[in-house]
Amino acid sequence: MKEFQIVVLAKQVPDTRNVGKDAMKADGTVNRAVLPAIFNPEDLHALEQALRIKDQFPGSKITLLTMGPPRAVEILREGFYRGADDGILLTDRAFAGSDTLATSYAISCAIRKIKNADIIVCGRQAIDGDTAQVGPQVAEKLGIPQITYAEEIVLLTDDKIQVKRRLERGIEIVECGFPLLITVNNSAPRCRPRNAKRLMKYKHASTVSNRQESNDDYLSSALTKPHLTIKEWSVADIECDREQLGLNGSPTKVKKVDNIVFQSKESRTIEDLDEDIDELMQELISSHIIG
Amino acid sequence: MNNIIVYCELEEGRIADVSFELLTKGRSLANQLNCKLEALLIGNHLKNLEKEIFPYGVDTLYVAEDKKLSPYSTLPHTSILVNLFREQKPQIALMGATTIGRDLGPRVSSSLGSGLTADCTELEIGNHEDKKLNKVYTNLLYQIRPAFGGNIIATIINPDCRPQMATVREGVMKKEIVNPNYAGELINLDVEKYVDETCFVMKVIERHIESSKINIKGSPVIVSGGFGVGSAENFKLLYRLANLLGGEVGASRAAVDAGYAEHARQVGQTGVTVRPKLYIACGISGQIQHLAGMMESSIIISINSDPNAPINKIANYVIIGKVENVIPKMIRYYKEHTK
Ligand SMILES: Cc1cc2nc3c(=O)[nH]c(=O)nc-3n(C[C@H](O)[C@H](O)[C@H](O)COP(=O)(O)OP(=O)(O)OC[C@H]3O[C@@H](n4cnc5c(N)ncnc54)[C@H](O)[C@@H]3O)c2cc1C
Repeated sequence: MKEFQIVVLAKQVPDTRNVGKDAMKADGTVNRAVLPAIFNPEDLHALEQALRIKDQFPGSKITLLTMGPPRAVEILREGFYRGADDGILLTDRAFAGSDTLATSYAISCAIRKIKNADIIVCGRQAIDGDTAQVGPQVAEKLGIPQITYAEEIVLLTDDKIQVKRRLERGIEIVECGFPLLITVNNSAPRCRPRNAKRLMKYKHASTVSNRQESNDDYLSSALTKPHLTIKEWSVADIECDREQLGLNGSPTKVKKVDNIVFQSKESRTIEDLDEDIDELMQELISSHIIG
Repeated sequence: MNNIIVYCELEEGRIADVSFELLTKGRSLANQLNCKLEALLIGNHLKNLEKEIFPYGVDTLYVAEDKKLSPYSTLPHTSILVNLFREQKPQIALMGATTIGRDLGPRVSSSLGSGLTADCTELEIGNHEDKKLNKVYTNLLYQIRPAFGGNIIATIINPDCRPQMATVREGVMKKEIVNPNYAGELINLDVEKYVDETCFVMKVIERHIESSKINIKGSPVIVSGGFGVGSAENFKLLYRLANLLGGEVGASRAAVDAGYAEHARQVGQTGVTVRPKLYIACGISGQIQHLAGMMESSIIISINSDPNAPINKIANYVIIGKVENVIPKMIRYYKEHTK
């Protein structure tokens, strides 16, 4: 039976879905520091698709790859709890300021180092930018086909895969051989929950640098339990052209960022008293805005 | 050379609205830059479609027609764009932020090493001074989009790489015919020169395209609900009001994420852009990503329990109160006073 090498790409993102009042600063901008950092939701959907492939082809191996700051190791741990076999944190100051193209380049170099990936799965987009660019750009850098907006793997054999895609006004089922990259849509099934045994096993897994930083007691036990040490790759570990990384490798630049000041319209404020609302409705009807 | 090119997308044989909107924008940018507006159409059975494209002020239309090029597939279409762009060196390339544009754009940008900005809400021409390099860039494309972080708008530029690429969602820009008899040139591309056999690796097994059931874009009245509506149950009040007023129900992303409404109803940067006569925002705080999709509404009413909600600043009428109290009162009055 075929043993697929699967790489799942994941990103740790600020939880922009739960921007509560306390998350707003006095100047009206979001205080990122108080937003919880989470596993990008569609990347979890992607992990579920990888796990389903492994359910069907149990010899397959799932490697979870994330690029980000040291704390992004949290989502690798989360991936281990849910069934990933291996995790790699790609982290280096040289990646700072990367736009989607520089990010894709770095990730594609790391995937090359993982070697022989048959299937790369990632979320369609990350909730902090919504660009949906990294998946297709990684596929292009690797010179492999892509299936975007995937909702379900409808057929998987040793040498081909059929995937259902969700389009604006319908669906499409496409078929392709390996290797390929798949981006998973938010309409795909949610990821299965954590597995209790795996939770116990990987609770103290971390990277060497994170451990040194926090003077972790598990340093010694990690030596005897290799699964507790999560791989950490820097620029030096991947074969790449440094000119294509970070700010240098980013064709897009942020020219400026403006706070928006809205021109207040001439507006009327009313309370929810019956008379006030009646009066407003009457005005809307008589001016033919409604009715 | 160095013109503006728009990728014209086909929706079941018809040119998508977003492509006409981009052609309209492209025409005005081309006038400013004093260059040509070009368009690219890829697919099968393309006869006579040029008659719909030229009136938007298109100077050159490239057509790649072959039965293998329909329906859209990533690699063959990418190959045509990449080869044509290498040859023609456009300075700007625009496409819709649709499932096709968002599949194709990043692939092309990666292949050419040029930057791409997704979901722009405005495109302008301007200069840029790089103080470090002591260099002034003239006539760059400002790619303007709301950015994460609340009330901010980012202006993105690509100083060095060409083409400058951007995607724009349907409905964000206006479409306008320049001249019904505009004379452009049609160039048929020799498909074999642009696409290699090896590009045809994807087989379409099945395709079902429905005409979309939910379409709030053209509705004159939109009653839109946010997280403050509180439940799918309370959303029913919004449907009742919308039905009475002959309108549709919209939603914020927080409401969609909470499962109160379908994604097709989401208004904003990553949803639809609407310009109704009346927009009633119920329990919506008014973050920029939402406002980007409804700011152009003629009349805006905000129903919010928080007098300081940001949306109140752009509303014509603000009702301070709870959605579940206010809407039944509006329904009652309307029923009593119209027939
Ligand atoms: C990249 C990106 C893209 C995005 N795209 C979109 C988009 O396309 N569309 C979109 O909408 N958002 C989008 N967002 C999310 C956006 O930033 C906001 O998080 C979202 O719009 C908030 O939705 P809301 O106003 O419904 O919820 P909240 O911000 O939680 O506001 C709820 C409001 O309801 C009021 N309220 C509470 N209870 C009641 C009551 N009983 N009666 C009346 N009022 C009440 C509160 O005072 C508050 O003002 C995007 C975000 C990102 C990062």
